[in-house]
Amino acid sequence: MDELLRYFSSPSNREVLLEQIGQHVYLSLVPLLAGVLLALPLGRIAQRVGWSRAALLGTAGIVYTIPSLAVFVLLPSLLGTDFTSSLNVVIALTLYTTALLVRPVLDALEAVPTHVTIAATAMGYRPHRRFLTVELPLAVPALTSGVRVASVSNISLVSVGALVGTGGLGRLFMVGFERDLVQIPVGIVLTVLLALLVDLLLVLGCRLLTPWERAGRAVIAS
Amino acid sequence: MITDIAAWLLDPSNWTGDEGVLRQAWLHLLYCLFAVCAAALLAVPLGLYIGHTGRGSVFLVGFSNAMRALPTLGLVTGLAVLFRGSIALAALVVLAFPAVLSGTYAGVRAVPSQAVDAAKGMGMTSKQRLWQVELPNALTLLMGGVRNAMLQVMATTAVAAYVGLGGLGQLLIEGQTIGRYDQMASAAILIALLAVLVDLALAGLTWLLVPRGVTLTAANTGARPRGRRKQR
Repeated sequence: MDELLRYFSSPSNREVLLEQIGQHVYLSLVPLLAGVLLALPLGRIAQRVGWSRAALLGTAGIVYTIPSLAVFVLLPSLLGTDFTSSLNVVIALTLYTTALLVRPVLDALEAVPTHVTIAATAMGYRPHRRFLTVELPLAVPALTSGVRVASVSNISLVSVGALVGTGGLGRLFMVGFERDLVQIPVGIVLTVLLALLVDLLLVLGCRLLTPWERAGRAVIAS
Repeated sequence: MITDIAAWLLDPSNWTGDEGVLRQAWLHLLYCLFAVCAAALLAVPLGLYIGHTGRGSVFLVGFSNAMRALPTLGLVTGLAVLFRGSIALAALVVLAFPAVLSGTYAGVRAVPSQAVDAAKGMGMTSKQRLWQVELPNALTLLMGGVRNAMLQVMATTAVAAYVGLGGLGQLLIEGQTIGRYDQMASAAILIALLAVLVDLALAGLTWLLVPRGVTLTAANTGARPRGRRKQR
């Protein structure tokens, strides 16, 4: 307890900590966003183009099997980036998020009831507009569960990046192991809190995006 | 760069000896097998119980999500500093546990209710239903969970090297300390290869374990196994 107080009483410690939290958020959420944006069209293609489904899902499975640490190390020589550049982590996690989300996107899109898409078509919706304004919104709840898994996954994968020298809360574990034990629990608690906070925001975002879900439930309940 | 990596990998002196690739790969594999087996011993019975009785599923969801958020690197270093030695491997068990648990639970819940009802109608006891109907039908998803767990542990075991337990991560971390990128990259490739090989082996094991009837039913009804997740 005293050690915790001592750790937090130092302004420089607090400053470093804030910087690491910032890096952690950046390194985990930027790939999450990029992955969602990439997985949506891929999932759509897998749904619409028959032969691409097996190819896309298979590739996603293989990408996902490659350990993150290996990718962090190998990317610099493939891309010509600097070895400790955070870009490696961002690109690796974007790949993973995309690979992880292709199947949930596909499942979510396929779960949209056929009669709804038929009704939209009958009302004169063209495929593009139907996708953006009917199918995608209805797929949001199923999509959110996939994104929640990806966000927790990203937040904990960023810590591993510390082993090869990128920033984020993983640094606390290295420093903690080398000389200042108290930083380890601080790092664990902050990582878990960050994951829970992002999860909560995703659930809230899903609620805001799908007001009809609750309206429907209220009607059924009454 | 690629020629450097190839040169490192082809140098026989890097493969043998106490610090060589073969011994480290063996350690890596042992740690992973230990962690996943220990996690399976704890998580499979619990998952079967929760899936079979339906009790505690709310608790399970919250608990396993919270566990997924735990950073393994932190647990490993924390345990290593507090207790020293191989107890740090317990962190790998913590890492593998949620994947196996949710795979088992999801597997039991996904068993078609007609099958369970039919078993009830035939007069099977609760125990018989669990062992003869639910478990065989759940095996595909259960093994999916085990494969996920193995994948995560395979990748994360590198942190065991950071606290001095060895494994392929040893080569990687050492390479970083002495500034030998060819060694780091070689170690990374070896870790990836080992992970893919073990995953293939587990896929084969799944094929052997899952009864043929279950596979055929799944193929006919269009049900497909899923739910591979990664997190470390």
